[in-house]
Amino acid sequence: MTTPPLLQVADLSVRYSTDGDDVLALDRVSLSLERGERLAVIGESGSGKSTLTHVLLGILSRNAHVTAARGELDGVDLFGGLTETQWTELRRSRVAYIPQDPNIALNPVLQIGRQLDEALRLSPRKVEKLRRRDEAIALLERVGIADAERVYASYPHQVSGGQRQRVLIAIALVGRPRLIVADEPTSGLDVTVQKTVLDALDELVAETGVSLILVTHDLAVARQRTDRVLVLERGRVVESGATAAVTDDPRHAYTRRLLDAVPSLHEGKLAPTPGLSQVDPGHREGGLVAQGLVKTYVTRDPRRGKILTPAVGGVDLAIEPGTTYGLVGESGSGKSTIARIVAGIDRADEGSVHFRGQDVARARGADLRTLRTRIQYVFQNPYTSLNPRFRIFDVVAEPLRGFKVASGAELDRRVRDALDVVGLEPSIATRTPTELSGGQRQRVAIARSIVLRPELIVLDEPVSALDVSVQAQIMQLLIDLQHEFGAAYLFISHDLAVIRELSDRVGVLRRGELLEEGPVGEVFAQPKHEYTRRLIDSIPQFA
Amino acid sequence: MRYVIRRVLYAVFVVWAAYTITWLLLFYLPGNSASMIISGAGADVDQTLLASLEARYGLDRPAYEQYFGLLWQTVTGDLGTSITLGVPVAVVVGGALPHTLALGGLALAFSVVLGLGIALLANTARATWLRNILFSLPSVFLSFPVFLTGLILIQVFAFNLHLLPAVGNDGFRALILPALTSGIPASAAIAQVTAKSLYEYTHGPQATFLTARGVGRGRIVYAHGLRNAVIPAATIIGMSVGGILAGAVITETVFSRQGLGRVLQAGVVSQDVPVVQGVVIISALLFALANLAVDLFYPRIDPRIRLGIA
Amino acid sequence: MTLQFEDRAVAEHDEHAETALAEVPGGIAVVGTTPARARPRRSARVVQLTQPSFILSALLVVAVVTAAFLPTLFTSLDPYATDLANKLAAPTWQHPLGTDNLGRDQYARVVYGTGNTLIASLLAVVLGLSVSAVLGILAGYLGGWVDEVVGRFVDIFLAVPGLLVSLMIVTTLGYGTINIAIAVGIGSVAAFTRILRAEVLRVRESDFVTAARLSGLRWWSILPRHVFPHSIGPLIALLALQFGEALLAISALSFLGFGVQPPEPEWGLLVSEGRTYLSSAWWLAILPGIVIVLVVLAANRVSKFIEKVT
Repeated sequence: MTTPPLLQVADLSVRYSTDGDDVLALDRVSLSLERGERLAVIGESGSGKSTLTHVLLGILSRNAHVTAARGELDGVDLFGGLTETQWTELRRSRVAYIPQDPNIALNPVLQIGRQLDEALRLSPRKVEKLRRRDEAIALLERVGIADAERVYASYPHQVSGGQRQRVLIAIALVGRPRLIVADEPTSGLDVTVQKTVLDALDELVAETGVSLILVTHDLAVARQRTDRVLVLERGRVVESGATAAVTDDPRHAYTRRLLDAVPSLHEGKLAPTPGLSQVDPGHREGGLVAQGLVKTYVTRDPRRGKILTPAVGGVDLAIEPGTTYGLVGESGSGKSTIARIVAGIDRADEGSVHFRGQDVARARGADLRTLRTRIQYVFQNPYTSLNPRFRIFDVVAEPLRGFKVASGAELDRRVRDALDVVGLEPSIATRTPTELSGGQRQRVAIARSIVLRPELIVLDEPVSALDVSVQAQIMQLLIDLQHEFGAAYLFISHDLAVIRELSDRVGVLRRGELLEEGPVGEVFAQPKHEYTRRLIDSIPQFA
Repeated sequence: MRYVIRRVLYAVFVVWAAYTITWLLLFYLPGNSASMIISGAGADVDQTLLASLEARYGLDRPAYEQYFGLLWQTVTGDLGTSITLGVPVAVVVGGALPHTLALGGLALAFSVVLGLGIALLANTARATWLRNILFSLPSVFLSFPVFLTGLILIQVFAFNLHLLPAVGNDGFRALILPALTSGIPASAAIAQVTAKSLYEYTHGPQATFLTARGVGRGRIVYAHGLRNAVIPAATIIGMSVGGILAGAVITETVFSRQGLGRVLQAGVVSQDVPVVQGVVIISALLFALANLAVDLFYPRIDPRIRLGIA
Repeated sequence: MTLQFEDRAVAEHDEHAETALAEVPGGIAVVGTTPARARPRRSARVVQLTQPSFILSALLVVAVVTAAFLPTLFTSLDPYATDLANKLAAPTWQHPLGTDNLGRDQYARVVYGTGNTLIASLLAVVLGLSVSAVLGILAGYLGGWVDEVVGRFVDIFLAVPGLLVSLMIVTTLGYGTINIAIAVGIGSVAAFTRILRAEVLRVRESDFVTAARLSGLRWWSILPRHVFPHSIGPLIALLALQFGEALLAISALSFLGFGVQPPEPEWGLLVSEGRTYLSSAWWLAILPGIVIVLVVLAANRVSKFIEKVT
C-alpha cells in the first residue's frame, strides 16, 4: 500500500467580495503533492498564486470565501472548519511559510535571536529554555549563515538581505514542518544573493524530505529547482505536469507565451519586426558623453540629523547615436541617478554631460529647452508617471504643447501617429490612464517620449514593473522604434537578460562605480570583472 | 555619543528659538507696542521702576543690541522685573513653577495611561461597535475645549458625586480633576498615533507572516505590535508636554489653581511684558527638557537609531 | 513594489476594510478591456454623501453659518433684554437653554454670539492659511535656500505651542475679536506651513509632474494643470479641519476674557460667564460649550468627507 500524498486539494475556489463586487481569485484549482516533492506555482500578477499560498496557511483576508471539494494536508482536513487555534497549531507543526520580502517580515525592533527564540518557544517540540539558544544557532548554521553567533545577537537591519531571508528559512524550520510554502522567496533580493538562497532551500529539501511549494514568476527558477509545475492564469490551472516536460513542450498557449517571453542571455540583440520601414535618421553626429559624474543625496532626519547617501562616484559613459547603451546594476548601484542626471532631472554634484557637444548640466533657458526636446525620459512606474486626470490624447500631446512645436491639425496628427506607432488603438485617446492596464500605460508613456522625435531616450527600468508577457511586447516595441526612428537609448535595468536583448553596449554598475563596460557580446562572453562574472553566473538559466 | 551631543544641542536650539520668538513678538513687532507699554505704563507705576525697565530693555538702542543684551541677561538667569508686582520675574515664576510641575506631571501620566489604554483596547476589543467607538474617541476628545472638559468634570465629580474638590490647591485630591482635564487632549493625540500604528501593524505584512508561522493574535499585538507602536508614541508623548503646559493657562483658570498658567494669564491681562516673556521661556525650557528626555530614551526602543546612523 | 496600485482606491475608501486584496485582477493582467475603476468611485461618492453623520454635520455647518449672518432667522428674542424676575431659569420650551443671571435668554445669546465666534475663527483660518500657503508653496516648490530658511523659521516657531504664541500677540495687540483672530492665525502658521510644504513636495516630486517639466512646461503652467487639481481636495479638507481647531483656540481665548467684551455674546465668553453659576445652573456654562463641541465635530466630519471624495 502506498502512502497517500502529503497534500491533496480538489476544486478549490476562492472569491473575494468587496462592496458588492465579487472577484474570483481561484477557480476550481486541484493539486496534489507527494512527500519530498517540489512544486512550482507559476503565474503573473492577478493569477491567484498568492491567494493559493494564503489559503494553504489559512491567512486569507476576512472577505474571502473558500469552497473546495477536498483539502487534506498530512491527514488534516484544511477546509473542514478549522478554528483559529487549530490553524495556529497546524502552522506551528506542519506547514511553514517563507514570505516574499525578508525586509518586512522580521520585526525591526527585536534581535534576531529573540525572534528565533519565540518560534522555538511556541513550537510543539517543547525545547527546554536552556537549549533554545544552541538550537537557534544550530538552525542558523544549518541554513548557511557562517557567523551565526553574530546574527543571533543582531537586529534585522544589521544583517544583509540574503541573511535575513536565511533567517526566515531558519524560522520556518523550527517546527520541523512537512510542507514549506515559499511565496516568491527571492524576488526581493539581488540576483547574486538569489542563487545562494535558492541553493540553501534546495539542500534542505534534499536533506529533510520536506515538501516545497515554490511560488514564482520566474520560469527559469522553476525549471531548475522543481519537480512539477502548476501554471495559473487568472485563477485557473491551465497546465500542470513534470517541470521538464511542461517547459520543454508546453501544451497551453499561455504557457508557451510565458516561455517565449523569457529573455535569453544567449541570443543577441533582438531583431526588429520584419517589414518595418526606416525613417532617414538624418545626419546625426556626436552622441552623449558623460564624464566624472558624482552625486550624493542629502536627506534630513529629525533624529539622525543630516544623512549623506553617495549615489554615484565618478562615472564616465558615452552613447553613440542610434544605439542602445544598457546600464545594469543591482538596487542602490546608482543607475537611476545616472539616468536622472542624463535626462536633466537632477544635477550632478561634479562632472559633465555633453550631448552633441552641448553641456546638459549647465544649460539654461532656451538652450536647455532645445536640449529637452532632444532627450526624453520614460519612467519605471507607468502608474505614477501619467496624470490620472488627463485624457491619453493630452498626455501624449503635452510635450508638443509644452515646447510649442505643433498645434491644431498638426498636433492632432502627430499624437495619433505616436499612438499608432506604439500599437495603441486611436479610440484610446479619449480614455484616462486609470482605465488602462500597466502595459498600455507604458505604451502611452513611450508614445509621449517619442512624439517629439528625440535623439536620445532615457529608459529607467521601463519593463520591470510589467509582467513577463507584457515585458516582451514592450521590448520588441522599443527595438522597432529604434529601427524606425534611429533614436539612441540609455536603458537602465537590473535584469541582465533584458539588457542583453536590447543593448549594443553595456556598463556594469556597482555602488556608484562603473566596474566594466564594452560591447554586449564581449562583456557577456568574457567578463573582465569578477562581479560581472558572478552576476552572469547567478542568473537562472534554461539548461 | 554623537547622538547625545546632537540632541542636547537641539534642546538648546529650541530654547533659544523660543526666546527669539518672545523677543520678536513682544518687543519688535508690531510697532514696538511692548516698549510703549513699558515706557508709558499707567500712572500708578513707580517712576524708578520705569527708569530701570527702560535701562534694562535699552529701548533707545538699535534692535540687535537690545536683542543680544537681553539674551545675555536671560542666559545668566535674569528674567527682569515684573511691571505690576515690582519683584523679579524669576521669583514670580519660581513660586508658581512647582504647582504647574505637579499638575503637568500627573497630567502626563494620565495621558500616557489613557492614550495607550485606548489604543490597545481599540485594537483588541472583540465587538466591532466597541472598536469603532474607541477608534473615534480620540477625535471626539480633541473636539472638546479644555475649559468645557474641566467644567463637566467639576459638575460630575465635585457637585454631583461629591468625590473630589472642585477648586483649589490643597493636596493631591485637588490635583486629580485638573490633571485629568489637561491630560485628556494629550491622551487623544497619543491614542490616535498609537492606535493607528498598531492597526497598521496588525494588518500589515509582518503580522500576516507572524500569523503564518503560528504566532497568536495576542502575541502579535502585545509582544510585536506594541514594541513597534511605542516608537511613534514616544515622539508624541514628548510633543504633548507643550500642549499640557499651554493648556495650564486654561486648566488653572477653571480650577482656580496657582501656577505658571495663572501667572501668564495675569501677565497678559496687565500687559506685564517681562512676566509673559519669562513664563513662555520657562515653558519652552520644560518642553525642550521633556523632548530631550524622550530623545535620550529613544535608542532603547528603536535600535535602528542607536546603530543606524549612516 | 510598484503594483500595489489598484487596491489603493479600495483601501482609501474604508480604512477598516480588509486590505489584503493584492490579487484582485483588473490591474495589469487586463488588456484591452475597461476595468471597473470609475464606477466604484462614483458609487463611493454617493455612499459618502448619504451617510447620516455627514448629512447632520453638513446641516449643522450650514445652520451655523446662516446664524452668523442672519441670527433673526433662528430666534425672535433680544439677546440683551434682561428679565431679572426670571433669572437663572432652567431650560424650558420658551428658553431652550435657560436664562442667565440677568434673565437674558441664553439661546438667543448663543445665536447672536455665533457671528463673533465664527468670524474670528474664519479670519484666523484665512490669515493662517494665506501666510502659510505662501511660505509652504514657495519652500516646497522652489526648494534650495528658500526651503532652508522657511524650514528653520518653522522649526523655531514650533518650539513654542500655538496658544502661547497667541497669548503673546494678545499681550502686545490688546483684546478684541480681530486681535484674537490675528493671534490664533499667526499661532497656527508654523504647523500649517509644515503640512503644506510636505504636500507640495509630495506632488512636486511625483513622476507626472517631473514628466511635465521634461515636456517643456513652465512652472506657471504646471501648477494649474498638474498640481492644483490634485492638491485642492486635500487643501479644502485641511481648511475644514483647521477651522475646527481655530474655533477651539478662539473660544479658549474668549473664555480667558481676551476676545469681545461683555455684554456682547460669544460662545467661549458665555461658558466663562456661566461658570460662576455652575453649581446652581450648570446648563448655562455646559450647553454653549456643547455647541462648540458639536460644531467642531461637524467641521471635522465635513473635512473627512472632502478628503474621501476628492
